[in-house]
Amino acid sequence: MNHTIADVAVPTARSKITLQYKRVVSEASFRKILYLAGLSLLILLVAIFFSLVVASLPALRQFGFSFLVGKTWDPVRGEFGALAFLVGTLMSSFMALLIAMVFSLPISIFLGEYFRQGNVSTFMKSVIELLAGIPSVIYGFWGLFLLVPLVRALEVKLGVAPQGVGIFTSSLVLAVMIIPYASSIGTEVISLVPSDLKEAALSLGATRFEVIRKVILPYASSGIFAGILLALGRALGETMAVTMVIGNSNFLPKSIFSPGNTMASVIANEFTEATGSLYLASLIELALVLFIVTVIINVLGKLIIHKMSARK
Amino acid sequence: MKDNLKWFAKNLAKGLRKKKGLMFVMLFPILLGLCSSGFSADVELIGAGATFPYPLYSKMFDVYSKEYGVKINYQAIGSGGGIRQLTNKTVDFGGSDAIMSAEDMKSAKVSVLHIPICAGAVVVTYNLAGDPQLKFTPDIIADIFLGKIKKWSDSRITAINSGIKLPDTDIIVVHRSDGSGTTSIFSSYLSKVSTEWKEKVGAGPSLNWPAGLGGKGNPGVAGLVKQTPGSFGYVELIYALQNKMPYGTIKNKKGNFIKPTIASTSLAANIALPDDMKVDLADTDAAEGYSISGFTWILVYKEPNYRDRKEEKAKALVNLLWWMTHEGQKYAEPLHYAPLSKAAVGKAEKLIKSITYKEKPILK
Repeated sequence: MNHTIADVAVPTARSKITLQYKRVVSEASFRKILYLAGLSLLILLVAIFFSLVVASLPALRQFGFSFLVGKTWDPVRGEFGALAFLVGTLMSSFMALLIAMVFSLPISIFLGEYFRQGNVSTFMKSVIELLAGIPSVIYGFWGLFLLVPLVRALEVKLGVAPQGVGIFTSSLVLAVMIIPYASSIGTEVISLVPSDLKEAALSLGATRFEVIRKVILPYASSGIFAGILLALGRALGETMAVTMVIGNSNFLPKSIFSPGNTMASVIANEFTEATGSLYLASLIELALVLFIVTVIINVLGKLIIHKMSARK
Repeated sequence: MKDNLKWFAKNLAKGLRKKKGLMFVMLFPILLGLCSSGFSADVELIGAGATFPYPLYSKMFDVYSKEYGVKINYQAIGSGGGIRQLTNKTVDFGGSDAIMSAEDMKSAKVSVLHIPICAGAVVVTYNLAGDPQLKFTPDIIADIFLGKIKKWSDSRITAINSGIKLPDTDIIVVHRSDGSGTTSIFSSYLSKVSTEWKEKVGAGPSLNWPAGLGGKGNPGVAGLVKQTPGSFGYVELIYALQNKMPYGTIKNKKGNFIKPTIASTSLAANIALPDDMKVDLADTDAAEGYSISGFTWILVYKEPNYRDRKEEKAKALVNLLWWMTHEGQKYAEPLHYAPLSKAAVGKAEKLIKSITYKEKPILK
């Protein structure tokens, strides 16, 4: 039913005023609800940060800055340093991002510029969405049973220790997991490039490739980058799939094929059996470090996006 | 209860008819939750802890609740979590594969009893062509996990496995990445048989491993071992049996090579047991016992009168423990757990009888 003013309005002047008053009130309260929703999210974020800080206080006091540069993680002796996990997290995530970009950019151009409509496009879009919906433990098992033997065969050929699991394998799994995020936002942004810009370039004699390279990509770059940032956030926090294939060894990784560990996977692995206040506090401090790393990367990303949009 | 349901139905119908009742419709699931938790007539016991005995416990609790009408809710969150929950007094009992440490005991403040329920074993498993039946001595296992023995063709391994041709390939060590009672039993065994292990690594549910790869859970370790040629890892005996993985025969303290079985695990407890049953069976003195064995315990307060717990609840808990250590034992073997030996049951009886409510023993 469509209520227009005429429908709702009743003949007497008094009720008209009441109605108008009610509309003003509902407008104001609606706005209040929106503010409240926004504010509660902010409060939640700050509350998470503070509860992490409070819960990790014993470890912060005990280790201070050496927590970030310490290489040993020894729950038996109560010596905790997170460097190996910090490096593992950043290495696996950024490598996954590189691999994912190689695939997500062409997908975005294909679906955003060449095949915007039609059965092929709808089918491909839903396949990509499906990729995003698969639970991560399934990715983990797929990685462990299918990808690990393939990587091992590759390692035998390259002459490195044939372990199969390691940072490289986890990057591959992560890449498949984050492609949907990067590519669907990329597709959206590329399809939003105004057609008069493209037509102008075409009318000047540009080929389709030139239009993509010189008009579409520069115009959409900030949006594409935003998609990549979202994908990176997902890669940093991924736990289950990574822990199944990364090898979970607490050493600083020597190469991209060596086994390693990430902060999220250490927390997931050790939290259930952690007893002793210092051990628990150290695990929570890992979460705090992960939180801060995510914030830093997001802020840096936002700055880059800002610069990109300003250049246009 | 019936009146409440009627009231709900009436208001729900009203809520659906009128918009004003929308709030009620939204609150309905919450109210229902409150109602169902507040109105259960039976006694309900809540436990949390070890994952290792979970299949056995869920079978036992299922049978017990059908027979005696006591609802038991056990959450397999890990031994460490079980100890934490018990210390915070949020559960009626905890489950653990490890003895509570002195620090844990201090934070619990009051006395906690360790009631043994069954025993389990950890086996070493490997991936070698033809699945040979290998023998190991404690020092070999420790040195492989320390990263000192690097090749399968190492003279110390071949010396006790004459007649088996071992390849000249690297040993890829696989361990658990998640904190677990399995690691706890395995590492306390290694600490007992190797002073170097004890000094460098130690024992606990999570370790700073000197070598190797980590797999998450028994399936993670098994997955890595099954597909990595030349790998060497450890899993629970049950898991190796169910998944038909090869496992090694290990020389015990008395010098006998013992194949891990349910029987040899039970036999590991054939030693002089202490009254509090806080005993580590690893590297057992029993001549026929398998070395890497351990009890799994249910942890309860000696005086389960905390946070307004009623006497009925304490009674239900004691009856349950008695049943688990007696009638319940018959469910252990079909599920590949080692039942308690007679001596162990006797000690458990004494412990259960020592549980009091307001300083009066519950069982006479």
